[in-house]
Amino acid sequence: MALFPDPFDALVGLQQALDSFRASDWLRSGPSAGGAYPPVNVFRKGHDFVLITELPGIKKSELDIQVNRNTVRIAGAKEVIYPEKASLHRRERLEGRFDRAVSLPIEIDADSVKAEFHDGILALLLPRVERDKPKSIKVN
Amino acid sequence: MSGSQELTVRDKREMVAKEEKTTPGRYFVPSADIHETGEALTVVMEMPGVDRNRLNVSLENDVLRVDGQIDFAKYEGMEPVYTEYNVGHYSRSFTLSNKIDQERISAQLEDGVLTLTLPKAAEARVRRIAIT
Repeated sequence: MALFPDPFDALVGLQQALDSFRASDWLRSGPSAGGAYPPVNVFRKGHDFVLITELPGIKKSELDIQVNRNTVRIAGAKEVIYPEKASLHRRERLEGRFDRAVSLPIEIDADSVKAEFHDGILALLLPRVERDKPKSIKVN
Repeated sequence: MSGSQELTVRDKREMVAKEEKTTPGRYFVPSADIHETGEALTVVMEMPGVDRNRLNVSLENDVLRVDGQIDFAKYEGMEPVYTEYNVGHYSRSFTLSNKIDQERISAQLEDGVLTLTLPKAAEARVRRIAIT
């Protein structure tokens, strides 16, 4: 066994895991139809869920995040500014408004949701409400 | 212009390298804007998830190369259940046509957007010629 885990193997593993869940029909109901901006990845972490999305170039103050029962809404606007009198050689970055609602198959404890925004990545930690957590049933 | 149109999703472009990488894992091409003024060339690239310590910008033989590594240790202990995009490092290079003052290149990274300002060397700057 290797002394240290190989970080490159870890990345390949993550990329493969992400690929195998691409376009799964896990989020089937609600207004969350895939293909809307921003694209999201949803992870399970114990009982809770983590929603991660890439929002490069968006100001924290321009983000509006709402959580209600099992729905997360992410809205905002992105602006791409060019200096005056500049000639554009290449223009690939997009700008505009976005407003997306994602429904998860769990009930979210809205009061303890944590949002982090670093380097253009928004991560929402969505804890499950206590009464929605699975209970172990003892067989008599 | 902002506020008038809806943002649409564009799939990340996977990098097709001229030379092969010796490390496994997929690389993506960051979306870029390039604009030029009389004094400088500006390259703006979107590299979400890259922090300043994992960014490498080099200029060699007029080729500007940008390499950004993401920190995927944050994904440890998380099990994907639904995904719409993949993650990976970023890499892109440009061949510069103008003479750039290499000493004065500046880079700024904010909210996952890298802005490179490449000032033109004195001899390449636009001179306005007065007609007498």
